[in-house]
Amino acid sequence: MPTVKSLEDLKRIREEAMKKRDIKTTESRVQIVVGMGTPGIAAGARDTLKEFLNLIEEKNLTDVTVRQTGNFGLDSLEPVVQVIIDNAAPVTYGKVTPYAARQIMEQHILGGKVVEANVIPTEAK
Amino acid sequence: MKFFRSHVLVSVDPQCLDMGAHEIVDALNDELVAWGLIDEVQVLETSRLGDPARFGPDLVVYPENVHYANLGVDDIPYLVEEHFLKGRIVEKFRAKETVVTDDELGAPKAKEVRIVLRNCGKIDPHNIEEYIAEDGYQALANALTSMTPEQVIDEVMRSGLRGRGGAGFPAARKWQLCRQVPDGPKYLTCNADEGDPGAFMNRRVLESDPHSVVEGMILAAYAIGASLGYIYCRAEYPIAVANLNVAIEQAREFGFLGQNIFGTDFSFDLEVRMGAGAFVCGEETALIASIEGKRGEPRPRPPFPAVKGVWGKPTNNNNVETYAVVPQILLKGADWYAAMGTEKSKGTKTFAIAGDVVNTGLIEVPFGLSLREVIFDVGGGIKDNKKFKAIQTGGPMGGCLVEEHLDLPLDYEALTAAGSMMGSGGLIIMDDETCMVDIARFFMEFTQEESCGKCTPCRVGTRRILDILEKICNGKGTLADIDQLELLCEEVMKNSLCGLGQGAPNPVISTLKHFREEYIAHVVDKKCPAKVCRALIRYEVIAPTCTGCTVCARNCPVEAISGERRQVHVIDEKTCIRCGICAQVCNFDAIAVLS
Repeated sequence: MPTVKSLEDLKRIREEAMKKRDIKTTESRVQIVVGMGTPGIAAGARDTLKEFLNLIEEKNLTDVTVRQTGNFGLDSLEPVVQVIIDNAAPVTYGKVTPYAARQIMEQHILGGKVVEANVIPTEAK
Repeated sequence: MKFFRSHVLVSVDPQCLDMGAHEIVDALNDELVAWGLIDEVQVLETSRLGDPARFGPDLVVYPENVHYANLGVDDIPYLVEEHFLKGRIVEKFRAKETVVTDDELGAPKAKEVRIVLRNCGKIDPHNIEEYIAEDGYQALANALTSMTPEQVIDEVMRSGLRGRGGAGFPAARKWQLCRQVPDGPKYLTCNADEGDPGAFMNRRVLESDPHSVVEGMILAAYAIGASLGYIYCRAEYPIAVANLNVAIEQAREFGFLGQNIFGTDFSFDLEVRMGAGAFVCGEETALIASIEGKRGEPRPRPPFPAVKGVWGKPTNNNNVETYAVVPQILLKGADWYAAMGTEKSKGTKTFAIAGDVVNTGLIEVPFGLSLREVIFDVGGGIKDNKKFKAIQTGGPMGGCLVEEHLDLPLDYEALTAAGSMMGSGGLIIMDDETCMVDIARFFMEFTQEESCGKCTPCRVGTRRILDILEKICNGKGTLADIDQLELLCEEVMKNSLCGLGQGAPNPVISTLKHFREEYIAHVVDKKCPAKVCRALIRYEVIAPTCTGCTVCARNCPVEAISGERRQVHVIDEKTCIRCGICAQVCNFDAIAVLS
């Protein structure tokens, strides 16, 4: 731990501390859950995940979290991604290539319109 | 801005470092690089996450908020592959217990303003960074780098802050006196020996926000020119002591305590001293004696501690709450603080509300709120829709106030003028089923027990007062006893050495003043109007209501109730010990209490 010797030191530590506090307390509006089971990774889920991260950075979004989960059990449709907005029922997408990821980001997450072409129908729907 | 999907906070508390926390950070980074995840997951070092003795080297992963504990370097490759690559929580590494968070306080109630309690339950008391994120140590930095000690005193003086221990002496005035004494070295003491029955304002702050007390003490030390401080905390508060020690250790680590704080030539350090349970050690001269390792007994003043205190050197003593509020005053300015409260009592005060009220617990309100607002708005009114009878303010040495005082503003002067006092902030609310003679006896029993015995008026006087009160409660009192009581109270008050003896008769004097008819009922009519004093009450079966169910007879511990099944039962007054169990168990309200 650093020793604080000046106002600047304290300011720097305070900014770091505030960032850590935000990490702990921020509640996101949007959650993107990527299936990262063996079939998911084999089908390119890592690239999909990275594309989502790039998009978030590119669009400077602060209210989105990206989480990983295990196998969704939909191997033929991998990579599988769930999008949850404002605690609404999750929308599950299949065959989410990096290209599809961009569409989901722009049309669904930012535009509010589900990308029907990739949606996997679920019971909840 | 760089976006990370996940953050790992690793505890680098000194104890965790000893157990290999740095190696874990390195291993995490290596593994993340190896899997190509380093652009997605950020590893951050932080202060404590949980007790290192139980959780070992630990880390928390966000956004999932998963706490992994007791980790070794060898666990990291598996953890990274499972959690960060495959997104599976590794149950076997998860902490077995959850870190206890403090949610005792709850959300602020109506009319509450939280300044002292602002961080309680909000921040992790073990993690100095969380305090810093809430502007912690900012006031200290500002004061040390841009204010002279005189300016600090001046700012606190203008805020109108008064000592929260009970007497309400202006805090900055006390600091000034101590600063002006030409002797040295100077010491600082913090009175954390909170002993009033039912009061726990200070415990909450010490346990949940210890850094605010530490920062306030460093600021006061700077103002006075003190080099060492003692926090005198009662041993009955083990969590407070533990959290204070953690806070002091962390403040040292960050350089807020120790040599050349903030690169200036000001140096200061803190120690925690534990009391052994004597109530009188809350008195400042007794507290100082106890810190020195002597018997905790008060001595006559003057010389005041500002001149001769710890180790015979100038010492400033304040209460926990006084110190805790100082950083906020310096941060937000004297005007901000002085805008709250009444003309002579500025700011806010914490109170512990207990007794027959709906919302018992801690509150923090601005001075000047009326007792009515505190009892009925903040406290939610009297329990079970009963009637308000009295409120004891100022703890066992305070006095009781009644209906006619309900619109008094809560401030130092108003309470003193009404014959009670502010004290440290205990409020005990009593409903109309309370016997005031019994209450006076209860408080007297407490102060008599806690009298240190050094001076005769307090040692013998409190004993004699208690004897008379017991005699009255037992139905053996006479009118002459009441006169005797008044005389004794006056003498004990005038002649005792310290605040304990001087304040001890207060509950008797104030109950005599407001409820004299209850005393007279006890000694002349041999009745206890509130039906509390056992010697003066009797239980009787109400014949028309009794169904003869035998419940009372079966539950009576001394077999004082007789009667056949389905027949009216009878209580034998001679055998009855007035425990009241029969009235409690009766399903038909067929037992009456008479006096």
